[in-house]
Amino acid sequence: MDRPKVVEYSKPLCVEDYPCGAFKAGHLVQDNAGWRVFRPVIDQQKCVRCLRCFLVCPDGAIDKSGDRLEIDYGFCKGCGVCAYECKLGAITMVREGDETDAGL
Amino acid sequence: MPGCRIFVSGDEAVAEAVRLARPHVISAYPITPQTVVVERISDFVEDGSLKSEYLHVESEHSAMSAALGAAAVGARTFTATSSQGLLYMAELLPYVSGARFPIVMMNANRTLATPWALLSDHRDSLSQIDSGWIQVYCEDAQEALDMIIQAYRIAEDPRVMAPIMVNLDGFLLTHTYEMVELPGQEEVDAFLPPYRTGNKMDLDDPKTVCYAAMDEYMEFHMKQELDMRKAPAVIAEVDRAFGDRFGRSYGGMVEPYRCEDAEVVLLTLGTVTGTARVVVDAMREEGHRVGLAKLRFMRPFPRQEILEIAGRVKAMGVIDKDISVGYEGIVFTNVNSSVCDLASPPPRINFIGGLGGRNISKGHVRGMFGQLLKLAGGEGMERIQFINVGCEHNG
Repeated sequence: MDRPKVVEYSKPLCVEDYPCGAFKAGHLVQDNAGWRVFRPVIDQQKCVRCLRCFLVCPDGAIDKSGDRLEIDYGFCKGCGVCAYECKLGAITMVREGDETDAGL
Repeated sequence: MPGCRIFVSGDEAVAEAVRLARPHVISAYPITPQTVVVERISDFVEDGSLKSEYLHVESEHSAMSAALGAAAVGARTFTATSSQGLLYMAELLPYVSGARFPIVMMNANRTLATPWALLSDHRDSLSQIDSGWIQVYCEDAQEALDMIIQAYRIAEDPRVMAPIMVNLDGFLLTHTYEMVELPGQEEVDAFLPPYRTGNKMDLDDPKTVCYAAMDEYMEFHMKQELDMRKAPAVIAEVDRAFGDRFGRSYGGMVEPYRCEDAEVVLLTLGTVTGTARVVVDAMREEGHRVGLAKLRFMRPFPRQEILEIAGRVKAMGVIDKDISVGYEGIVFTNVNSSVCDLASPPPRINFIGGLGGRNISKGHVRGMFGQLLKLAGGEGMERIQFINVGCEHNG
């Protein structure tokens, strides 16, 4: 998937070195996976690749380039819209760190 | 166009100065007593004598939002407001100062509702001294004209990069007429070069403005404070440069008047300074050692200048045309926090007057000096005194 690269960001060593106003743009200093409490897990047996989840994902975190739909967990913030919208119930929201996560 | 003398009101003097400063974008909403400023500027844009984009917006909140947007692409901008309008745009003031955009705004000092009133006091602008804006207060139309031009040079100085609010007492200054020296365009162009900045959105060098920086918010604001501490030196430098070119200078942060050997000094803000000057002259002739200090800037605050004056007087008075209900005058609080650093600060009185435009006459100022001379002589005095109240009170 064509994602912006996370670049290493080093904070200025001194307050005086901070920019006066405008800050360099167009670089990503961290992904947003840390926001997530629940992760969506796709049951590939049930998925028919209708792409409804792909369309509704607010972060564009569903990758359809391969044979199987895959979720980019580096950018998925766990909102659950995909699971809510999936007509086949192929997406389950699993609490992060839960050992019962069958999809992993 | 060469310089000339013109007979104008304070509002018109501001409009003339804005024309000379050549902002790219003007965004404003009319409000009494600022209205004449935006009407005149609108005329100038219409007749082609000012080549600016004039945005007619639907509110003060939009006026400052549009000015912010224009400043974010590197434009020199101007807006103007007053009273309730200033409070309506208040949300945007820290946005602008935090993003370090050198917007110049004229504020016609007018009181705040309730009760609804149109006349002048300083409750509007002083409610915003924590917004990160530089605040200057003008005594007459000439100073207002000169300070609009100086304001751009101070605000756009890379060492400062902060917005400036140029304050004129409503009606007392905005609507009174006087002869004013109007500098020539070429002279102003030489004094105030075009605004060039790296603090803008730029396709060739992508930058973000008004960003989220939750982890580094504190460092950004500490830098803002460290830079603001450089502003007094820049203000003094610009005042000198203006004086060299145009023959008028105002003394930077504070203008002391007959303070050298004064026993008591009165601190003033804005047009009441003119009244107090006349009283100082009269009382000097009678042999009283009185003086005044015109606080020109409220932010950054002229701590050092006040300390120097306070260190050699026997009593000090502060006129506040405002009140922070529940405490005292806002100028008084600021003066006190500076003066308390002295080993033995002079005793002080806060004269609260002029609220809602209530007159402060020569007689009232003479009365204040009388109180201060008694205080200097060791008499006990009320710490906070209300001036020209229309009926009996227990204050």
